[in-house]
Amino acid sequence: MADPHTSAARLAAVPPLRPEYLCDIVASSDIGVMQKPLTVAQRLVNQAWLRKAFILVMLAAAWEAYARWLDNPLLMPTFTATLEAFQEGIVIGEILQKVTNSVVLLLKGYAVGLALAMLFTALAMMSRIGTDLLETLTSAFNPLPAIALLPLALIWFGLGDLSIIFVLVHSVLWAVALNTHSGFRSVSSTLRMVGRNYGLNGPRFIAKILIPAAFPSILTGLKIGWAFAWRTLIAAELVFGVSSGKGGLGWYIYENKNMLDIPAVFAGLLTVILIGLTVENLIFRNIETATVRRWGMQS
Amino acid sequence: MTACASPRLAPLLQVQGVTLQYKTEKHLVTATYRVSFDVYGADRFVLLGPSGCGKSTLLKAVGGYMAPTEGSMHLKGLPIRAPGPDRVFVFQEFDQLLPWKTVKQNVMFALTSSRKMHGKAAEAQAMRYIEKVNLAKFANSYPHTLSGGMKQRVAIARALAMEPDVLLMDEPFAALDALTRRKMQDELLALWDDTRFTVLFVTHSIPEAVLVGNRVLLLSPHPGQVKGELNSDGGDPADLASGRKLSDRIHEMLFADRIEEQEVVRHG
Repeated sequence: MADPHTSAARLAAVPPLRPEYLCDIVASSDIGVMQKPLTVAQRLVNQAWLRKAFILVMLAAAWEAYARWLDNPLLMPTFTATLEAFQEGIVIGEILQKVTNSVVLLLKGYAVGLALAMLFTALAMMSRIGTDLLETLTSAFNPLPAIALLPLALIWFGLGDLSIIFVLVHSVLWAVALNTHSGFRSVSSTLRMVGRNYGLNGPRFIAKILIPAAFPSILTGLKIGWAFAWRTLIAAELVFGVSSGKGGLGWYIYENKNMLDIPAVFAGLLTVILIGLTVENLIFRNIETATVRRWGMQS
Repeated sequence: MTACASPRLAPLLQVQGVTLQYKTEKHLVTATYRVSFDVYGADRFVLLGPSGCGKSTLLKAVGGYMAPTEGSMHLKGLPIRAPGPDRVFVFQEFDQLLPWKTVKQNVMFALTSSRKMHGKAAEAQAMRYIEKVNLAKFANSYPHTLSGGMKQRVAIARALAMEPDVLLMDEPFAALDALTRRKMQDELLALWDDTRFTVLFVTHSIPEAVLVGNRVLLLSPHPGQVKGELNSDGGDPADLASGRKLSDRIHEMLFADRIEEQEVVRHG
């Protein structure tokens, strides 16, 4: 019998001649929608907030278990004790007052930082010397911790909000400017040519082409800037928080540490975490959904 | 050659003795050398040549994105200095659509940015041309939800809605699959029948040049120089004198001398 795998047989092999055939196809309107609804469990697992809430609950449970096992409220108060201190702080109004003080200061510094970042990147886009200026300043100042400028700020601006705003601006400005500028530079040359084709130049070109096209990077810059600002603010308040006469969250933490009210210290830290989670998940997440995700620029 | 033509009308676009050079890191590259041609109203004028003949660079120069080192370019008798909405580009790249705007907004963006139209008028004009490219159903879709062919149709609608003096198409169908490309070529011709725009069309495909163009300018590579200008009726006609098909004649002219295979840095 001939082995079909020997080379001689392969040379002689001819595929069988098959008849041609034609088919009628079913009109797509007759096929109907072909999809199956997901089960309730699958739909729940698909909710990102639910998955994240689960992680938070697990973390809180681990904290509670460890604190109970350690049984030393001075080192590690339990989660429930922290919650109680938090609730007490809210009811008395102390925490809310401190949060307001901190957030107002933070927003001021953030806003000034963003405005300056916009100014620097606009200059960098308009001229080569502007680019050099931004690149030099960013590489010089971005690695400089904002808190290291605090002593200097105290000498220049005295004990007060102005000093804190100064270090906040420093912590926001370079991160935002760096990201915005690198976003602008990575805008595709086709899009740039399209913009110029339809007569856009100068500020209109930046507003209508560069900013939306670089929006993913800009958003990253805004997030990083926000986080840097928070860290700097809390650290600055820890050092001289009461200077402004009111004091913020950092000062609240410091004060309670001095009084050995450790659950209140944890409550202060918890507040910082909660604000961070809220801003990330409510504000930045919604901006992302409404912009870069909707435009298909980020998955 | 262009010099022997004695037209009744003045040409819409006149390119005279244009030499284009651009700088790379190490070299000064001459893309085209003393290229001349005339484009008349309602022409489907094809620039054809192998890669490295400077045809895309030439189109960019007509678009106003780069200035010639020698020679002149006039549109309606006025010198070309900068990019402008009277010469609208359709690029090969799909990312020429603004991803943050819907199909309709993309077309309206062109009209409003150039201050040609505003508000309701711009919207009506945009929808008219979106219907012409059969995308009315997708007017409110974002570009990332469209296929490649649909994106190019949006780009064509956006360009045509501007009603430019001349449409500049830089290998607009090169990134499409063969079936879609064939379909788009037919659609472009149908649109031309409808609106009689003037188009300057860059391609490296001989069948596409023969099908799309009524006039084909052949360019030689390194640097680009004019080899000739031929007429086409879209049906690949046989030449009366030689009895040979247009595409065969073009093929022969382009490959008459051995083309040096040479890596050319494409000008971005």
